[in-house]
Amino acid sequence: MLTVDHLSKSFGGIHAVQDVGFHIPAGSVYSVIGPNGAGKTTLFNLISGLYTPTAGSVKFEGAEITGIPPHSLARMGISRTFQNLQVCKNLSAIENVMVGAHSRLNSGMFAGMFRFPGIVRSDRACKERAVDLMTQVGCKAYIDAHASAMPYGALKKLEVARALASEPRLLFLDEPAAGLNHTETHDMALLVGELVRLGITVVVVEHDMKLVMNISHRILVLNYGQKLAEGTPEEIRKNPDVIAAYLGGDEDEE
Amino acid sequence: MIKLPGANGVDSGSLPEEVVNRFRGLAALAAVLIILPAFLPNTFYVDVANRVAILAMNAIMLNLLMGYTGQISLGHAGFFGLGAYGSAILTARYNVPPLGGLILSAVVTALLSWAVARVILRLRGHYLAMATLGLGVIITIVLTNEAQWTGGPDGMPVGRFSVLGYSLAGERQWYWVFAVLLFATVVITQNLINSPAGRALQALHGSEVAATVAGVDVRRRKMDVFVLSATVSSILGSLGAHYFGYINPGIADFVQSTELVIIVVFGGMASIYGALIGAVIIGILPQFLAGYDGWDVVAFGVILAATMIFLPRGLVPSLAAAMRPKRGATC
Repeated sequence: MLTVDHLSKSFGGIHAVQDVGFHIPAGSVYSVIGPNGAGKTTLFNLISGLYTPTAGSVKFEGAEITGIPPHSLARMGISRTFQNLQVCKNLSAIENVMVGAHSRLNSGMFAGMFRFPGIVRSDRACKERAVDLMTQVGCKAYIDAHASAMPYGALKKLEVARALASEPRLLFLDEPAAGLNHTETHDMALLVGELVRLGITVVVVEHDMKLVMNISHRILVLNYGQKLAEGTPEEIRKNPDVIAAYLGGDEDEE
Repeated sequence: MIKLPGANGVDSGSLPEEVVNRFRGLAALAAVLIILPAFLPNTFYVDVANRVAILAMNAIMLNLLMGYTGQISLGHAGFFGLGAYGSAILTARYNVPPLGGLILSAVVTALLSWAVARVILRLRGHYLAMATLGLGVIITIVLTNEAQWTGGPDGMPVGRFSVLGYSLAGERQWYWVFAVLLFATVVITQNLINSPAGRALQALHGSEVAATVAGVDVRRRKMDVFVLSATVSSILGSLGAHYFGYINPGIADFVQSTELVIIVVFGGMASIYGALIGAVIIGILPQFLAGYDGWDVVAFGVILAATMIFLPRGLVPSLAAAMRPKRGATC
C-alpha cells in the first residue's frame, strides 16, 4: 500500500526524521510509536505532503507521491486527522464533514455561483453521507451542532468523519485517543477495526500502549528520528532495544 | 458507507428549512427594492439609494474575501477606482463604447489582481493587510499623478452609459439597474457560499491545514476569490463612474477602502445580509448626522464602538443569534 524509503527531514541542524524506511501492507492497522519528539508527527506530515522531505521517497500503491501537495493526495485516496485539532470553527459540524468530500464534488466557482443542477443534487447526497459518517463515528448527537459548540472528544471523532468523507483508502490518525476517556478510547478502537473491515488501511500514531498493542497488525518504533524497530506487537513487546529506549527497561508497562 | 435507518429523518427535516430561509431573505429584499422608489420623494433620495446599492455590492464582494475566506483587503476601493478610471479614460479618450470600456477595464483589473494575488496572498494577517493597503495607496497615487490621463486630483468627467443606442439617464433609471444588480449579487453570492466551492473558502478560513488535507487547493482558491472580488468591484466602478458623471481619485482612496472594511465588520463578517444592512446604515448615517456640525464624526464613532461592544459579531449575525435562542450555541 505505502512504501517509505530512506526518508529524511531536517530543520536546520535538527534531524527530525532520519533515513526511515518501512512498508505498510494493504488492509492493516499500522502503528507508529516512540517517545515524545521521536519524529512521529513529522513522519505523518512528510507522508501527507505537508512537509517536503529533505531526502528519500514515498510510494503509494507503487506510484511516487513524494512532493505531491496534500490537496492532490486527497484525490488519490490519502487522508488524515490531526493531533492538535484542525476543525473549522466557523462552520457547522456537518459542513466540516462535507468539506472532507471536497475532492469528490464539483467545486467550480461558477458552477457554485449559478447553482448548476448537478451541484445541488450531489451536495444533497454529500450531506446525507455526512450524516451517515457522523453516526458511524459516534457523533450522532452533534449532527445539528455548530463546530464551535462541540466538546473535545466529539471534535476528535468529527475529524475522523471528515477524513472518511474523502473516501480514503489510506487513513492516518494522529493520536486518535489523546485526551479521550476510557470509554471513548474503547469506541475509537472499535471504530478503527470497523474501518479496516471496510477495506481502509489505517496508520496510527498513538501513546496509549494498550490501544496500540490491541489494534495494530504491525508497529514501527521511532527514537530520535530513527527507526528503532519494526514488527508485530508481539515482536515489539519482546524487543530489548524498544524496552530499553521506550518502556524504560521495565516490561510491566503502565 | 454504512446505511443507518435513523439518518434520513434528520436530513429531510433540515433541507426545507434551508430552502425556506434562502427564499425568505430574497423575497424580503425584492419587496424592499420594488417598493422603495415609491417612498423616495425626490432624486436626492434616489441618489442616496443608488450610492448605498453600489456600496452594498462592494461590501458583499469584500465580505466574500474577508468574512468568508478570511483574507483581509485594505485596498479594495482601488479596484473600484481602476474600473471607474478605466471606463472613463477608454470612453472619453479612445471612443470605446461604454460596455466595451466596462469589459476591458474588468479584464485588465482581473489580470492585475491575479498578478498581485500571486505575490501577496502568500502573506497572512497583518502582513496581508499591509500589502493590500499599499496596493490601494499605489493605485490612488497613480490616479492622482498621471494627470494627462486622469485629470489629476481634480478628476475627470465621464459620459453617459449606453448600450445598443439606449442610454441610461437620470437617477430613477439607474435605480432599477442597481436594484437588479444588487439582487443578482446577493443571489449569486449566496449560491456560491452554499456550494462546495464556498464551503472550501470558509474551510480555508477556519483551518488552512484542514482544508488542504481535505483536498482544497488553498492557494488557488484564495486567488480565485481575490480576482472575483476585484473584478466585480471594477465593474461596479465602471458603472459608478458613468452614473456619477464625474470622478476623482478620492473614490479609490484609503478612506473608501476603510469604509468598506467598517461596513463588513459592523454588518457582520461572513454574512451577506450583514454587508447589505451595514452598507445601508453606514451609507445613510452621515446624512442623518450631517445637521450636527462637528459632532457628526463623534456620534458616528460612538455608534460604531457601541455596536462592536454590544454586538461583537456584527449587527446581523449577533441579532440573528439573539433571536434564535435554541441555536444560541453558535457563538
